[in-house]
Amino acid sequence: MARPDRRQQATDLAMPLIAVLGAFVTSGLLIQMAGYDALRALAALFNGAFGNTYNLAETGVRSCPLLLSGLAVMLAFRCGFWNIGVEGQFLMGALMTAWISPFFIESTPYLAWPLILFSGLLAGAAWGSIAGILKVNRQVQEVISTIMLNFIALQVVSYAVHGPLMESAGQFPQTNAVAETIRLTRWFPPTRFHSGILVALIIGILLYILLFRTVLGYRIRAVGMNAVAAGAAGIHVSKTILITMCLSGGVAGLAGAIELTGVTYRLYEQYGGGYGYTGIAVALLGRLHPGGIVLAALLFGILETGANAMQREANVSAVLVYVIQALILLFVLIGTAMSNRWAKHKPQTDT
Amino acid sequence: MHIELQNIRKQFDGAYAIDGVNLTLQSGEIHALLGENGAGKTTLMNVLYGMVMPDSGAIRIDQTVHRFQSPQDAIRLGIGMIHQHFALVPTMTVLENLMLGEKRPDRWRLNHRQASEELRLFSQQQGLEVDPNAVIQQLSVGTQQRVEILKALRHGAKTLILDEPTAVLTPLEVEEFFLIMTRFRQAGHTIVFITHKLHEAMAISDRITVLRYGQVAGSMETSSASLPELTRLMIGRETNQPNEKSPISSSHTALTIDHINIEDDRGQQAVQNLSLHVKSGEIIGVAGVDGNGQKELAEALCGLRNISSGTIKIGTQDTTGLSVLETSRLGLSQIPQDRHTTGLILNFSVEENLILSEDRLKKFSRFGFLDFQRIRTDTHRLIKQFDIRARDAEIPVSTLSGGNQQKLIFARTLAEPKDILVVFNPTRGVDINASEEIYQELLARRSAGTAILLISTELDEIFLLSDRIAIMFEGRMVGLVSPDTSREKIGSLMAGAA
Repeated sequence: MARPDRRQQATDLAMPLIAVLGAFVTSGLLIQMAGYDALRALAALFNGAFGNTYNLAETGVRSCPLLLSGLAVMLAFRCGFWNIGVEGQFLMGALMTAWISPFFIESTPYLAWPLILFSGLLAGAAWGSIAGILKVNRQVQEVISTIMLNFIALQVVSYAVHGPLMESAGQFPQTNAVAETIRLTRWFPPTRFHSGILVALIIGILLYILLFRTVLGYRIRAVGMNAVAAGAAGIHVSKTILITMCLSGGVAGLAGAIELTGVTYRLYEQYGGGYGYTGIAVALLGRLHPGGIVLAALLFGILETGANAMQREANVSAVLVYVIQALILLFVLIGTAMSNRWAKHKPQTDT
Repeated sequence: MHIELQNIRKQFDGAYAIDGVNLTLQSGEIHALLGENGAGKTTLMNVLYGMVMPDSGAIRIDQTVHRFQSPQDAIRLGIGMIHQHFALVPTMTVLENLMLGEKRPDRWRLNHRQASEELRLFSQQQGLEVDPNAVIQQLSVGTQQRVEILKALRHGAKTLILDEPTAVLTPLEVEEFFLIMTRFRQAGHTIVFITHKLHEAMAISDRITVLRYGQVAGSMETSSASLPELTRLMIGRETNQPNEKSPISSSHTALTIDHINIEDDRGQQAVQNLSLHVKSGEIIGVAGVDGNGQKELAEALCGLRNISSGTIKIGTQDTTGLSVLETSRLGLSQIPQDRHTTGLILNFSVEENLILSEDRLKKFSRFGFLDFQRIRTDTHRLIKQFDIRARDAEIPVSTLSGGNQQKLIFARTLAEPKDILVVFNPTRGVDINASEEIYQELLARRSAGTAILLISTELDEIFLLSDRIAIMFEGRMVGLVSPDTSREKIGSLMAGAA
């Protein structure tokens, strides 16, 4: 395994921390300049995310889809595939789950859960593989194809909730609620903390093992870093990309399935609201490492949970958290550019 | 403008890329800088252009010594350089590209029509007509090159350095390009023409300076130069070392190349009707000036490039249409020419690079999981056996020197011995000690019965190692000789004067 030298390790750890800190300080200044009390606003934000068990659980609930989206993005990026389509794969996973779950009402939950979640995973994998096939067979730029597939997924969901999957009451463009028997278990009612969060963490661990302990993971990283050398070494580059895209899409689809059976129970228009895109930010902030992505997802979850409290208690618009998120990303980008420059100026060590 | 480079030295990775070069450029001459790849031509000119800081030595222009901190300083003194890779924005127009970095009086509110008219006039005056409003990526490579030259001229270049300008041109464009160069000379410009093609240097230049191993091997008026002499200067004149090798015991033909034709990336014929048989336990050296089809030949043998006709056989097995993995399973392994792009994954650790082949991945894994314990043991064994100097096995290979990187590739390839080994420029950019070790490894493989095809632009190593020498010129094999043949003979074959 590649163990970067100590200096590299230090910047890998310190850089995101500095970026987060810088983002908070900058947003604090912004709040202050706008005439509010910055300290009070930030205190309200953290209180809203941690203040009581309910808030704490809610932070977990918000972080879960971000974690899985971030992992999905990371996996594809590691293979050099810019999967901007996690949003669409997420939607297809949720759609599949919404469609298939009524068929499992009669079965026991322990049989139904894995099957339902797996069907969502398959749908995401299938959606992701489209961009993979286009790339491998037709050299279609994945950034473009995955974005277009996102819009298609959005329209497919819209069609489904207005048409074939519309609730039996026929009132709102949404699906029927998932039957209670097959919803994911909520461990600490009345909080919404559900068992899918554990699944997400397990996926994180599995992906770590996949990437750094298996031959497939080695191939994925090799193709991502230098596809020419990987090909010259006999690694089947196209096959590796396709497998990776199925896995990446699968994780995204699973995120959709968990969100549907664990939190919302229904599918509706504008479902998810951009988890797939935020996942890109999470993956980058987590430096494309499963452990880092867990932390990054948690941070973004905290921000989104605390936003409402901040609005309520300090009168600062909840939208500000998106400013903070954007600032974090900006700082990460600046940090990366700067550490690259340092690396360039560092004298060549010759052993 | 009279330019003198005095005793320039520059070290990279502990080896001298430029080792005490003196060069004088007379005003208004076309000066060809001739040499093999890696001889230091580009580095030397990057020094003059301010892109590379020399370790020692001086640049003297019209009797004043200058120290360039960046190309800006060189440009200000009227020196322009056009690199092999153009610095143009492909999605922008010619005019927009030329205005980049230019201070115009109307820069706040561009008078587009006037600017484009100015440029059209300027390009006509220079004899480099281009449409100012054409988008770069829609222009041919030859025209893009004109735009680059125009850019340098607009910056006031009096001395133009052209780095292998003809490499990207078709034969017709080359002729046109020579006309442009002649016109520049008439206008009083000085031109440095970097090339490794002898006949081009002979055709166009006034003076020729030959570089070899970072030193000036010779400098002369073109009128008094001859092809054989230039060849000798380019490839060296050391006496042939006695070739004391055991005779080849086997008569088994391991690799059969039968009348193959190969096209390059641009669809031009790169290898023509080439046939060659390599026996087990034999080293065949393929000599030739760079760019005469060697790259395409090597790629075709390994399964990285399709042949358009003919057959390649490993043993008795036809390899047409087989992948890298399949040819490797049949018993052919390769040491690629470019270790940075093809041989290694620079961000991977030493350990990870040592398992970079499907063979070794399979060997060092169980049920799809990498077996780190065995990988570690084998890594330490190979590091020791091949004397790879790395602080530890987990640092990225990008931190190793060129020699150690190359030894790593040899270690990985030779750890799984195959019947046939295709080696391409194995010691380029590698220090002398590491080169020596690599030669010993190759000779050891030969004794063990491996059939080796050594493709190299270094005649020294071809002579040192080969049992037979094949010479390539313009994609054809123009000779298959014994290593007792004189260098002059081989040199003239390489230059196409058969």
